[in-house]
Amino acid sequence: MSAADTTFDLARVPLREVNQALHAPGLSGSFVIEGAAGAHNVAVGLDAPVSVTVEGHVGYYAAGMNQQAEVTIHGNAGTGLAENMMSGSVHVTGNASQSAGATGRGGLLVIDGDAGARCGISLKGLDIVVGGSVGHMSAFMAQRGRLVVRGDAGEALGDSVYEARIYLRGTATSLGADCVEKAMGPEHLAELAGLLKAAGYDDDPTTYTRLGSARTLYHFHADNSY
Amino acid sequence: MCGIVGLHLRNPELYPRLGELLTGMLCEMQDRGADSAGIAVYGHHEWAPAGRCTVSLIDEGLDAGEVGAALTTALGDRVHAAHVGGVVLAHAEASPTALMAAVRTAYPDVLVGGFGEDLAVLKGVGTPRALAERWGLASAGGWQGVGHTRMATESAVTPAGAHPYAVGPGECLVHNGSFSNHATIRRELRAAGVTFDSENDTEVGAHFVAQQLAAGKDVASALTELTRTFDGFYTLLVSDRDSFAVVRDAIACKPAVIAETGDWVAMASEYRALAHLPGIASARIWEPEPEVIYAWTRAAVPA
Repeated sequence: MSAADTTFDLARVPLREVNQALHAPGLSGSFVIEGAAGAHNVAVGLDAPVSVTVEGHVGYYAAGMNQQAEVTIHGNAGTGLAENMMSGSVHVTGNASQSAGATGRGGLLVIDGDAGARCGISLKGLDIVVGGSVGHMSAFMAQRGRLVVRGDAGEALGDSVYEARIYLRGTATSLGADCVEKAMGPEHLAELAGLLKAAGYDDDPTTYTRLGSARTLYHFHADNSY
Repeated sequence: MCGIVGLHLRNPELYPRLGELLTGMLCEMQDRGADSAGIAVYGHHEWAPAGRCTVSLIDEGLDAGEVGAALTTALGDRVHAAHVGGVVLAHAEASPTALMAAVRTAYPDVLVGGFGEDLAVLKGVGTPRALAERWGLASAGGWQGVGHTRMATESAVTPAGAHPYAVGPGECLVHNGSFSNHATIRRELRAAGVTFDSENDTEVGAHFVAQQLAAGKDVASALTELTRTFDGFYTLLVSDRDSFAVVRDAIACKPAVIAETGDWVAMASEYRALAHLPGIASARIWEPEPEVIYAWTRAAVPA
């Protein structure tokens, strides 16, 4: 299928048919999905350089496993937004529920509003930019990739973080195990500026704090010598 | 899983549509569990007439006429009873204590789904869609409604295991999740004289809240005490005739979405249950923070 501005209305077309149409071999063009009404699994498993716009709020796992596609959701997203994303971009104009961008390996996830708990849990290479705040245990066990938070963070930010980088403009209620503040070098300022620009923000990177792993959890201490 | 829905109406013009809106919300959450379901409706003029106390007797085999006669005898005052799809709703101009005493005299073994002023509780085994149809929920009116669709994890699939748990006068609690220390708290409550209808963990939470409220605490304080006492994961919706409150556990494990407009406050396990409410497009929508008590109070009792 090749199309420019093909519109699907989920009030009339079953989600399975819509997702199957978006999985057609050699797909290109742009697509609009209307009438989502909080449906789960909207636009999952895309693997084509297409543009997909969703008008309205979505439920769980929207745009999961995305590759190549540019997905824009005009509304809020439920649990597991853009889970295990590989490449491409996902942009949510509203808020996202918990576990946004979980295990994401590549591409860019932008959430203009707030993200709930465990944003970027087990991140593996995806870049996430959150316009608002993130909930507790965000970037938990994040291994690679970047999490940018323009607002505040809840409890235990970056708990057991590995090599992922966290840039925080506001304040965190608390930092998790092994997560520490780090110096912001020129390369980090440049990296952050690039991420913000890609997400459509023009904040001054010097107003951010960089956080990351103190790397004390790489070695298992078995002697119980507290 | 389990699904929770609740709708607290602010605009009296919407009162006639309470049942219709609640039916849509409840049935949308059917995918989260459909072994049993229940609702609590506040302000239905036939199910729970104003100025009277109503008791819900959850028993398929009861005849409303016989119940009315037996309770009238036991109470010594006129009790009216009507059958609503497997549930008998009995009401009288008596205090909740007096009417409950009469119910226990006449029907010591029948499950009481709920009791109090302005409150009707209907629950049973079956799919939410089938039960809502049986009860005629879509045509019900009122100012506040709560619903639950159950996927049983902690106790048997029986009417006694279905939510809501409405164990205190006019109160009601629905739960998505699991309490891990409910057995301990159940023993403590039993020692304090509380009797239970089921082995369900939620019933322990409901009795705990009822005990707090009976001790004079407000809903927010009672729920704060619950967060300090109960372990496990939970999203709870607690209501009485004038209030509507939501709380989640410390790690916000179970889902919850709240939406608010000038006309109503609504809560559900997932957004899609709210998607068809009037004015949802302009509603303020958010997820409740862990262990934060969100509570609303009815501004004025309608005439």
